[in-house]
Amino acid sequence: MKFKMLLALILLCFVSAVSGFGQSAEEIMALPDSMAMAPPAPPSNVRGVDTDNDHGHSITLTWETSPDDGAGLNNVIGYKVFRAESPDGPFIERALIPSGGTGHIDVGAKEKDANDYLPDHVGFYYKVRAITADSLIYAESEVFGPVQSYGQWFNTGRVPVLVFVIFFLFVTLFFIQKAKGGANLFVRRLAGIEAVDEAIGRATEMGKPILYVLGLGTAADIATIASYTILGRVAKKVAEYQTGLIVPCYDPIVMTVAQETVKASYMDAGRPDAYYEDMVYFVTQSQFAYVAAVNGTMLRERPATNIYMGKFYAESLILAETGALAGSIQISGTDEIAQIPFFVVACDYTLIGEELYAASAYLGREPLLLGSLKAQDYAKAAAIIIAIIGFITMNFGIEAFKHLFYVSN
Amino acid sequence: MKRQIPLLLVLVFGIFMIFQYFVPHESSEWIYEFFLDWIYIIGIFALALGIWSLIRVSYDKIKYKKPNWQYAVITLAGLFAMILFGFDYGRHFFSAEGLSNYMFRAFFDYILIPIQATMFSLLAFFIASAAYRAFRARSLLATLLLVSALVVMLRFNPYFGPIGPYLEQTASWLLNVPNLAAKRAIIIGIGLGMVATALKVILGIERAYLGKD
Repeated sequence: MKFKMLLALILLCFVSAVSGFGQSAEEIMALPDSMAMAPPAPPSNVRGVDTDNDHGHSITLTWETSPDDGAGLNNVIGYKVFRAESPDGPFIERALIPSGGTGHIDVGAKEKDANDYLPDHVGFYYKVRAITADSLIYAESEVFGPVQSYGQWFNTGRVPVLVFVIFFLFVTLFFIQKAKGGANLFVRRLAGIEAVDEAIGRATEMGKPILYVLGLGTAADIATIASYTILGRVAKKVAEYQTGLIVPCYDPIVMTVAQETVKASYMDAGRPDAYYEDMVYFVTQSQFAYVAAVNGTMLRERPATNIYMGKFYAESLILAETGALAGSIQISGTDEIAQIPFFVVACDYTLIGEELYAASAYLGREPLLLGSLKAQDYAKAAAIIIAIIGFITMNFGIEAFKHLFYVSN
Repeated sequence: MKRQIPLLLVLVFGIFMIFQYFVPHESSEWIYEFFLDWIYIIGIFALALGIWSLIRVSYDKIKYKKPNWQYAVITLAGLFAMILFGFDYGRHFFSAEGLSNYMFRAFFDYILIPIQATMFSLLAFFIASAAYRAFRARSLLATLLLVSALVVMLRFNPYFGPIGPYLEQTASWLLNVPNLAAKRAIIIGIGLGMVATALKVILGIERAYLGKD
């Protein structure tokens, strides 16, 4: 019985195939309505404009869906977007959008030799095809064009950032002027920075060196730049107290800058003879090899104080725990949110986030630096006020306030 | 003059980079990418200085027989061996060039990677020892930390039966409300600190990175 049914099925397939053999696509499409799928209505109102706030080479398209997309014949499964340099074609397919889609951003390459290069200031024509499950049954919109792409000279989506930068700059300059005028600007106590002097004193008493780790950041990272200032201060004290200093570096550029900073501090302290270049040295650019080297130094040299300032990643806890096991006093500071808890747990003092940046002003007590610190405080106050207003307006369903702070990419 | 020229360069390029952020035009992008290329060029020269520093420090350790000087021998041997394999000298012995050199890959895959993985895996034990110290209930805050940590850690445990969903809700609240609020406060502070430091560098107020006055 099963064999007979299988034979009948094979025969049926064979007959179906033979009956359609030799027919062209047009003939199949011309089959009676009862046998073929009816073509859907085309998408309409295709429009294209240059994409806003970009470097060019991009056109934003919109259209209205086919009436048969999700309704009517309900046979539209998607849309194909085509582009040509002339209204008569040849059109090339640029994108496939699922049903319900009403737009597409046609982004091309900016390099002339790239395959999908989309030149600026050249008129392009677009059409959108509503497609069905049958690749031969579709409906196309009217051709739209010409439309050109071009780059903008100002990103209007970043106006809130510009306003903030200008505001911050003016507040900073205002407080710098105020500080220069002799105003007494209060800065709260930073225990981590105050501990530096104490830690250097302890190292001197013990006759042990100080280990300063600048982290895994590059010389361009703001955290590393802030760390140089603290290193300068530490090196100056170390030179005055005639203690040892070890600075193993992860990045060769950071090493070069750190050498200059330490050298300058030794000269400031009147001890240029005590400076030698190899107190700041390069180890490796491999994260865990660096950790192994620094841990080895901690366990061999047993520094009295370990200072970690800069950008740290997964190595933070391995370093800090090894330092704790070696019995060193440890002071840390990083702007990496995920690593702050590790440092808090394993170190004696930790500069949390912005405190790392405030350290230079705190150490120097120069009006110029204190002024910028005050500006930070006022910007923070502004952020708190904005957050409270945002909280209230959002709870009352007022969206306009939120949109004031929207920043596009 | 030695000081003024670098400060002027920082001012000019710093201001350019600020403007560049607001100018999406292709020409602005081109200049930005052109300057970024210089970082690679400087990096290559600095790497040579770095390697020279490593050789000098290791050589001194060996020469003066400093404690554990034997490690310095291994460091130098590893450094020169990898350079040698990477350049593929001695074609009769080595099978391919550069990175696909057999010995280079073998040293990398079977020595360096396992050692790095070992170092990374130490983190698990250090987390345990750090957690032990952090979670000792010595004060009210430490006790709160301990309880919160327990709730967050145990939230997915299937053995808690009917109280399981409550644990999960409490843990989600802890993570999404007090934890996130504190985190955002730190992030805002960091952001402002970064802008302030960047402005200080551009305006020449912060100049520790330049070395001696």
